[in-house]
Amino acid sequence: MRPFSYTTVSSVRSAVLQVSPDPKAQYVAGATEVLNLVREGQIAADRLVDIRALPLTSIRAGADGLHIGALARHVENHPVVRRDYPVLAQALLAGASPQVRNMFTPGGNLLQRTRCSYYRDVSFACNRREPGSGCGALEGNNRYNAIFGGSDHCIAVHPSDLAVALTALDAVARTQGPAGARAIPIEELHRLPGEEPHRETVLEHGELITGIDVPASRFAARSHYLKIRDRASFAFALVSVAVAVDVRRGVVRDCRIALGGVAPRPWRARAAEAALTGKPLNEASRRAAGKAAASGAVPRRHNRFKVAMVERAVARALSEVED
Amino acid sequence: MPDDVGSRESAGRAAGGPSRRQVLGRGALLGAATVGAGVAAQAEAARAATAPPVREETLAAEPVEISLRVNGRERTLSVEPRTTLLDALRERLGLTGTKKGCDQGACGACTVLVDGRRVNSCLTLAVMRRDAEITTIEGLAKGDELHPVQRAFLECDAFQCGYCTSGQIMSAAALIEEGHAGSPGEVREWMSGNICRCGAYPNIVAAVRQAAGGGAR
Ligand SMILES: Cc1cc2nc3c(=O)[nH]c(=O)nc-3n(C[C@H](O)[C@H](O)[C@H](O)COP(=O)(O)OP(=O)(O)OC[C@H]3O[C@@H](n4cnc5c(N)ncnc54)[C@H](O)[C@@H]3O)c2cc1C
Ligand code: SF4
Ligand code: FES
Ligand code: FES
Repeated sequence: MRPFSYTTVSSVRSAVLQVSPDPKAQYVAGATEVLNLVREGQIAADRLVDIRALPLTSIRAGADGLHIGALARHVENHPVVRRDYPVLAQALLAGASPQVRNMFTPGGNLLQRTRCSYYRDVSFACNRREPGSGCGALEGNNRYNAIFGGSDHCIAVHPSDLAVALTALDAVARTQGPAGARAIPIEELHRLPGEEPHRETVLEHGELITGIDVPASRFAARSHYLKIRDRASFAFALVSVAVAVDVRRGVVRDCRIALGGVAPRPWRARAAEAALTGKPLNEASRRAAGKAAASGAVPRRHNRFKVAMVERAVARALSEVED
Repeated sequence: MPDDVGSRESAGRAAGGPSRRQVLGRGALLGAATVGAGVAAQAEAARAATAPPVREETLAAEPVEISLRVNGRERTLSVEPRTTLLDALRERLGLTGTKKGCDQGACGACTVLVDGRRVNSCLTLAVMRRDAEITTIEGLAKGDELHPVQRAFLECDAFQCGYCTSGQIMSAAALIEEGHAGSPGEVREWMSGNICRCGAYPNIVAAVRQAAGGGAR
């Protein structure tokens, strides 16, 4: 592993002051991603700034929604999260392993990098890791890659389960940077690759995620996370679906459907939401929503299966929130 | 590959001032066999109650002397900031019971307990664990008396080559404390962070169930 120095900080202000001016400095929270990236060479950090002592660990639930600190631990065990935001608890439990979950943080989870094998293996060409070097996945083994939101330069998938659930709940990330604080919808945190896949998020260097706000909604309580993977547990999603529905008098008044494992960011299936809204929740409407969710997919050679998988996964996830 | 960590003699850099260990004085609170989530919660509460404001400090990218509390003993060792806890245990402290499989969080061979919780020691830095209570496979037995999980692994023949076994046992000990041994299915899910290339899974599940007092089925 390349050598780096290590700094502990005790306030958000000093964290931002340490990292912002230094392009070779990186935050470290749970360390479960950043150590892999420094070890393998995807990021060239000379300095890690440990933010674990910052006062960002709280989980607060109230009438206006849920606030999750960037360093909150075991959000999936919080009783209000389990009861009122089940999709969130389910997505967290479906991610990684018990060991990794004992270390990771919500902020670090959102900012984990793609698991594209050409990105992870530095001996291959990858535009995201090394601008202009080419994309090994486009003509290579792209079984795990994107069917939505990709470009001719990159078809990476963002692997966070948490981000998919948060997108279905209209959550926003709160950040603090040198220029001040702002709120960024989780759906927009990651950029689509376009011509510049190496510009991964909309964050400035050194901009710290301080927490996540999940607004109160009529659909959060009736929500579900379905994750389909190559083995029963401890694997990244081939396809995942977060659904949340507001059903009143037998009709879907409002809903959110977000997909994971298929795009460079959590993917809102707006066509599916439109197909379902105003309909009763039944087998026909579930299937129609599934079809709509898969419309517009651009599969590659090895991931055509994901199109049918999206259709069926959306329908199945919706069956879980039916009466 | 283990990092190129400096020897004790070459340890540079006086940290200056009392260490967090000395400030916290938690050694007396915790014994070697602290695997319980309850104990972890207590330790956390104790720390929250007594923790001084964290010092802002920078450790340069060179060897530095630190102390770690491992299996109930205070150990002084020289590491670099980049040295993982796994490499510190194996290469610096000679505690080679903890294994390195993938070195990227994917196999669980390096599982140890930190403040009673199971973690992958390859995914954390030694310098990040200076105020923690670390338990490795070497610290699980009470003297000559094996931990119930160790005994069950022997009795159920829950291994072949044995490479994954210390990680499996540490993970299982924590899983039982967490209350996740209720059924074979639950054990499989909560042991999913530990891979066994020999495929000893059926016997591993049986051993965990037996150690938890739940019977093999
Ligand atoms: C074997 C394995 C399997 C996994 N499986 C899954 C899975 O199935 N699903 C899933 O969702 N995830 C999975 N993960 C990924 C895991 O969830 C992430 O590694 C973890 O969430 C990262 O969080 P962390 O706190 O450890 O981040 P760190 O490693 O500390 O940091 C990650 C990145 O985020 C930055 N950062 C951290 N916190 C902040 C902040 N507050 N503000 C700004 N920047 C910040 C760091 O600088 C770094 O660039 C897996 C990981 C492993 C190792
Ligand atoms: S898909 Fe993106 S991350 Fe994967 S090799 Fe191509 S450019 Fe790199
Ligand atoms: S060596 Fe740490 S998980 Fe494989
Ligand atoms: S016993 Fe050989 S890897 Fe598990």
